[in-house]
This record gives sequence, structure tokens and C-alpha cells, in this order.
Amino acid sequence: MAEAKHNRINLSEKDYEGAASTMCRGCGHDAISASIMRAYFDSSIDPHKVIKMSGIGCSSKTPAYFLSQSFGFNAVHGRMSAVATGANLANHTLLPLGVSGDGDTSAIGLGNFCHMMRRNVNITYIVANNGVYGLTKGQFSATADVGSVMKGGKVNDIPAIDLAELAITLGATYVSRSFSGDRKQLAPLIQGALSHKGSAILDVISPCVTFNNHEGSTKSLKYVKGHLDPIHDIDFIPTFEDIKADYDEGTDHEVTLHDGSHIVLHKLGKDYDPTNKAQAIMAIHAAIAEGKFLTGLIYYNPNRVDFATELDLCDTPLSDLTQDDLQPTAEQLEQINANFMK
Amino acid sequence: MDTPAINDLNICVATENGSGSASSNNILFKAIFKMGIPCSSKNMFPSNIQGLPTWYQIRASAEGYLSRKDVIDVMVMFNDATAAKDIYRVRDGGLILFDDSTPLPANLKRDGVQYIGFPANNLVTKLVPASPLRSKQRNMVYVGALAYLFGIDMEVIKAVLEDTFGKKPAVIESNLICIDSGFQYLKEKGASQTITRLQEIPNGNKGKIITEGNTAAAIGAIYGGASVICWYPITPSSSIAESMEYYLSRLRKPKNGKKTYAIVQAEDEIASVGMIVGAGWAGARSMTTTSGPGLSLMNESIGLAYYTEIPCVFFIVQRGGPSTGLPTRTQQADISLMYGASHGDTRHIILFPHDMSSTFDFARRSFDVADRFQTPVFVAIDLDLGMNLWSSEPFKLEKELFDFGKRLSAEQLEEWSKAGKKFRRYFDQDGDGIPYRTVPGNQHRLASYFTRGSGHDADAKYSEDENDYKYILDRLRKKHDTARKFVPKPIVEKEKGVKTGIICYGSSYEPVREARDRLKAAGLKTNHLLIRALPLAAEVRDFLAEHDTIYLVEQNRDGQMAAIIKDENPELGAKIVSVLVYNGLPVTAGAVVKQVFDAARTAKTA
Repeated sequence: MAEAKHNRINLSEKDYEGAASTMCRGCGHDAISASIMRAYFDSSIDPHKVIKMSGIGCSSKTPAYFLSQSFGFNAVHGRMSAVATGANLANHTLLPLGVSGDGDTSAIGLGNFCHMMRRNVNITYIVANNGVYGLTKGQFSATADVGSVMKGGKVNDIPAIDLAELAITLGATYVSRSFSGDRKQLAPLIQGALSHKGSAILDVISPCVTFNNHEGSTKSLKYVKGHLDPIHDIDFIPTFEDIKADYDEGTDHEVTLHDGSHIVLHKLGKDYDPTNKAQAIMAIHAAIAEGKFLTGLIYYNPNRVDFATELDLCDTPLSDLTQDDLQPTAEQLEQINANFMK
Repeated sequence: MDTPAINDLNICVATENGSGSASSNNILFKAIFKMGIPCSSKNMFPSNIQGLPTWYQIRASAEGYLSRKDVIDVMVMFNDATAAKDIYRVRDGGLILFDDSTPLPANLKRDGVQYIGFPANNLVTKLVPASPLRSKQRNMVYVGALAYLFGIDMEVIKAVLEDTFGKKPAVIESNLICIDSGFQYLKEKGASQTITRLQEIPNGNKGKIITEGNTAAAIGAIYGGASVICWYPITPSSSIAESMEYYLSRLRKPKNGKKTYAIVQAEDEIASVGMIVGAGWAGARSMTTTSGPGLSLMNESIGLAYYTEIPCVFFIVQRGGPSTGLPTRTQQADISLMYGASHGDTRHIILFPHDMSSTFDFARRSFDVADRFQTPVFVAIDLDLGMNLWSSEPFKLEKELFDFGKRLSAEQLEEWSKAGKKFRRYFDQDGDGIPYRTVPGNQHRLASYFTRGSGHDADAKYSEDENDYKYILDRLRKKHDTARKFVPKPIVEKEKGVKTGIICYGSSYEPVREARDRLKAAGLKTNHLLIRALPLAAEVRDFLAEHDTIYLVEQNRDGQMAAIIKDENPELGAKIVSVLVYNGLPVTAGAVVKQVFDAARTAKTA
């Protein structure tokens, strides 16, 4: 038997697997899980350092299907952003991975999602976006496009929330969009997010093969494949590899991430600078006007510190502090009493 | 002429909110405290920034009663909008102080009371240069007038001003001028009154502190090791989080120059509860502060924490409900909501402090209880405890080690593993209903598990199996029963042979103490039990069994605690007679006495 491939921390691909998936056969979410496993393996991240966070919905079930050695928390509907924020504060040395759906994020959880990004909480947040509620059998979500048709024939006439645009506007510092079926693009985007310290949002179009894969749906497998609009080809270059090997001075754009690794963006059409906020939002709108999904690393802001840093939290996780760290002295209490006697 | 009483006085100051009277009332209260006289204050304020009526009562009690007194001896009539009613709030033979810069309108005259006027407006106009401060300084004049009338020495007032504004000599000076003007005016006029004299009691309040429950809770939580504090502003709980911010920066030593705590003002209560559940899961001592509407919003995630067994602490400062209700008035009407918070079968641990030192103490201990039982713990305060200034025994720090409960380190897991013992997250290893837990960051290969609010088995695996489901529910019930013996026991005061009992909890304790003395004087001796936690300790059942009639005093309409006690003691529940005070104002002894006598009379005639 051939020796299993091991990564730099000597773990095999098997070490990044989880329980057997219970998604429908052909579900885009399973493809996302595969890219997640690929990204963590390739980036040689210790699963014990990862916390898997999710809310409620099909996508929120998936953290059970990868990285079984990591702690996981499948919380309540729409609250993953808040729960992950708290977990991050309790132990900022852990790497939170959030997996959510478009209902969980853009409808019931929109408020918490927005404020998590405003705070720039350190998290890799993947939205498996299929425009539909799967577990409750096929209702429109808030990311359903105008004109998209429900399985029963109902047409959506309320504008969609564009999660990437929202993320850019509200302060997320790494914003990308991809397609579940495009592992070549998605895996390096996840790796980039893992190397970024701050809110990294990945809006991943992930067709629902059961409830939203019919003619008239704008999130069916066929429709999405035919309307992808990648900005660039993406390579993730980890800290331990030489960037020059895969870099063309003339047309490539390089992004240095917080941990010293790089993303190389190979130009496909126009020049695109992902650190330009206004341009990023314009590009999203231009693609929407053409009925296309803009994919790639749409926006990146390396200059903003994450929430735990902003709060000036001590290096030791708050969860590891002892009574000696946490409890002021009896003498200090005497002083308080004395002040209150006046 | 009547001989004036000594140190027995209830002053009510009627003003508009936002007029600066808080500062004047504070000085007055602290001056009486400094004289060594037992005293208390009750602030009845509106949910508003400026211009609505507010009343502040200061009670001096030679007998040491600190609850709100139902009889007002002196009214400081400084709010035109409420004056017509305020004059009738004073008892017959009482005193009305008013600003006679303009003549007293005829409709504000009544018989049977003494009027004393002083030109506060004119005095302030003369003494204070025109400024936005001037109208506020007007309130300082009544401090001086009261000081003269009841015998508060100006030296005491000066000392209080120095304690209060220590670093601002100009502020001390300008206030002192206004206070003194009121004092001197009445002195020169030769005004006299016969109600009471305040006499210094040397060392009378020695060792006592003045504080409010929200401050006590904040400091207690800091001593309890709170490190993740997430909250959303809501009256009357906001000042807990704000006090924590103030005291944490002063009390907690930095670690390598950085903070050992995170305070986050969340976007709503749904977020604040989510954050503390996440933080508790990841192993920090986490807490939130809120009041009724916020508690309603938090319900779903409270159930999550209960079912997934995550420690976190909720400081609930109760106000008048339902809905927005009376945000600035007091109530104990969220007992049922806390005890059974969230859908499905839940039962939570609630701690009920009843004074300042127990508020500090329970706030500190709540984190140990939460960690021990791996569950949400509520510290139930109310606006009366939380936002009124109380004179109290000082805070006392018990020398106890933090109890992190059954939390396994990587080293302990390794020992378990070597001994062939398996870590099963939701398994009742010890027969007490409390499982073991690990927290993220534990690097041991057997540490991790998957937490989910959906059905799970003893090994934290997803399960819809009927036996797995029932096992967890039953174990949670068992855990709750284990808590009965662990939470603070009731305080029982009893005499042999007495067959009438009174039960109360929280801020009702002080008025009930006074009411029991009055009942005794009127011939009805009572025993007493102070509930300090839910679930109910065995002592409550014993107390029910030992008495023929039990009056249960609480501050809600429906007798929420009575319902819980009756539910758990169906055969004894008929003995309970509810005494319910729920008008939003702090309970008075008089209200308790009246209801007890009414009930006793009804029982006799029946």
C-alpha cells in the first residue's frame, strides 16, 4: 500500500476528515467541506487549534463532516456570529471557522453577522449560499435573486442581499466569493482566509440539488456554472514556499497576509486591486448588472487589527486565567469599603 | 407644643428630573449617614432625560429601619407640575417646604400642615452668576433649609461636599454658598418646626458603607473572576456593566501589560447572550446584565446553554413589566421567566441577594455555581436593590478558591486515559447529574467533542434516539436537584411555638423585617424564612410544615414564587397566603402589615 501523504505537521489527509456526510447526494455543501479539508491540510493547521462554529440549517450541520479532532459548536439559528465572537474573546489563540447558510446569515442572523464584521472578529466565515431554505423544504432566502423561481413556481420579487458587498461595507477585512464546485479557486481562498487575522468572509455559491436546481432558479448548478465571472486566478503561497516560483511581475497582483504567507492573483481581464474598496463595490455591481457572479478575492484590508487585539486582551487566553490573575486582593476590597464609608 | 421626635424623619423631595436634584439629595442623605443615624434613600424617577416628575425619599430611623416609609413627614415642593398632589402626600401635622420667590398659589394651600417658605430662586439669582448651572444650584438651597430645620451641622455638609467633590474646590465653594444661603435665611427668619431633630450618634454608622446593588454586583462579579462581559444597555441594569468597566480598569492587574477581561457592548441582547454562551463554552467566566425585555430576547440561547451545559451568569435587574412597562420602577415579576427560561423542560438556578453585602457575595459566588453545575445561573436583583443607595455592612471577601467544577485538563485526561476511564461529555460519571467537560484549547487527543443544541447522546453525538434523549433530560433534572443542597440556604429566624410564618426574598427583606416588628407589637408573632436561591432548599418545605399559615411576600401580581413553592409542595401549598405588592414602588412595611391583617381577618370571619 502506498504511504499516505503527510503535511508539514505530519498529519495525513485522514486527520482532517469527519463523520460521514448526511447531505443530499451531489450537494454543493459537500464540495465546500472537501475544499475546507484540503485547505487545512495544505496549510498544515493543527485541528486542535481550530474551533468549528455553526448555526442552524443544512450548511450548519457540515462541521460534523470534517476536522473531527477539532472542537465544534452547532449553536442556534442565526447566532453563530455572536457565539463565535464570545469564543474568540475567551480564547483568541484558537482559529474559529464559521460555516453558515444564507438563511442563517442573511435573514435571521443578519444583525449579529453585521456587527461581527464591524468588530472585525478573527474568523473564517463561510456562507454556503444556495438562495433557499433546505431543511424546511424550499422557501426563498434573503439571497434569492429577483426573478428567481421557486420549485413550486413562485417568483421572487424582493431584491437579494449581496453578502460580499455587505461585508465590504460593514468592515470585514477579507471578502471573497466563490463557487462550491471550483475547488481550484475555493481552497486557496480558504487558505488565504486562514492566514488572515480578522473577519474573512467567503460567500460560496453552493447549489441546492434538491430544492433549487430547476429551470428558472438563478442558483441552480447549471445556471451558476454558466454565469461565473472570476476576477483572477488564485494561488496561495504558504510561508514556507517561495513566492517567486509562481509570480509574473507584469500581470500578477500579490497580497501579503498577516502570517507572512501570500496570495497571488493572476490577472484575467482588467486590472484589479482588491485593496480598493470603492472599486470592489463597483465591480460587484457591474457583475450583478450583467447577471453574473463575481468571484475571487474581492476585497482585502490588511491595515485593521482584529477585535481581540483592539480590546488589548492579554496573550494568555482569558479561559486559562487563574484566580490569581482574576481576583483582586482583600486589601483592594478594604479600600473600596473605605471609599464607600464617606 | 409637641416634643420633637429624635432621628425619626421621612423627607420627600419632589423635583423635575434633569434638574440636578440628584446631587442635592445625595449630599443630604450622606450628611445624615455621616451623623451616624440609620438612614436610607429611595429614588422614584421617570424613564426620561429631562422634565418629568421625580421623587426622592430620605428616611432617618432611630430604630434602624431602612425600607421606604409609607408616611411622609416633610415634602420639599419643588415641582410645580406635581405640587397640587404632593401637598396631600404629606401626613397631617407634616411640613411643606416651598420656594416663596413667588407667592404660593391658593390651590397649593391645605389645612393641617405647616408651610415654610424660602426664596430659593431669588437667593440663587443673587449668588450664582447667570449660567446653565444656576437652576441646578437652586436645589442646593433646600439642602441648607432642611439642614437648619432638622439640625444638620454645616460642618457635616461641608465634609460631605469635600468627600464628593474632593478635587474641585470651586464646585465645593459654589455649592456651599447656596446651601448656606438656605440655612442662614431660615435661621435669620427664626423658623422653627416641631417634627423631629436629627442628633448625631457617635460611631452610629461606623464600619457601614453606602452603595447601590448594581455597584455591589459589579464588584462582586470582578472578585468572582468575570472575564468576558457582554451586555446591551437597558434600564435598570446598565450601571452594572458600566461600573465593571470602571472598576475592572482599576482593580484587575494587567497581564504582561494587557487586559484580563473583555467588555463588549453588543448590538442587542440576543447577541450578548450568544457571546457569553460562546465564551462560557470556550472556558472563560462569562456574564451579561439585563432586565425583563432583554431577558425575554435571550430566552432561546439560555435554553441552548442549559441543554449543552455551558456555564454563564445572568445579572437580572427587574423592573416593571410586561412589555416596556415601567422601566424605572421596581418589581420581582421575572421569577417564572428566569426559573423556566426558554422552551422545552428547563429549570434554572437563581440566586436572590437581599442586601448590599449579599449582592456582592452572590455575584462573586455565581461564577463558581455556574462552573460547578455547567449551566446558566441567574443573579436576581431588582431596581430597588440595584439603583437605590443603601447603607450596609461592608463587602466581605470569603477566602475561597475558585471552583471551576468538573473541567478536565489535558493532564487529567491523560490520567483518565491511563486508568482506562473514558471521557464522556454528557455522561453521569459521579451519579450527581453533573458531567465532566473539557474546553477548546485542550490539546489532548481525547478532549474534543461536538457541542450541539440538537438532540445528543451521553457522548455528545447527534442522536434522535428516544432513550438517549430522555437520558439527558433526566440527568439535567438530577443535576438541578443536586443544586438544591449547594445553593445558598435560606435564612430562618424562628421562635418555638410561633405558628405564623412569613417568607420573602430579595428587596422585600427589609420591609418585612420592619413589618414583623409592627405585627409583633400588635400581638402577632411571626417566624421568618428568607429564600436566597432556587431550586428551593429542603428548609423551605420544613418551614411550611412547621407553620399553620405562611404569608409569602413578593413584588408581582401573580404570586410567582408562591406558584413554584406550591408546585413543588402540593400538600403544603394551601397554607400559603400571598402578600403581593406590585405598584412599582419599593415595598413598605405598612403595605405588608395591612395585607397580613386583612388576610388574617378574612380567615377568621370565613
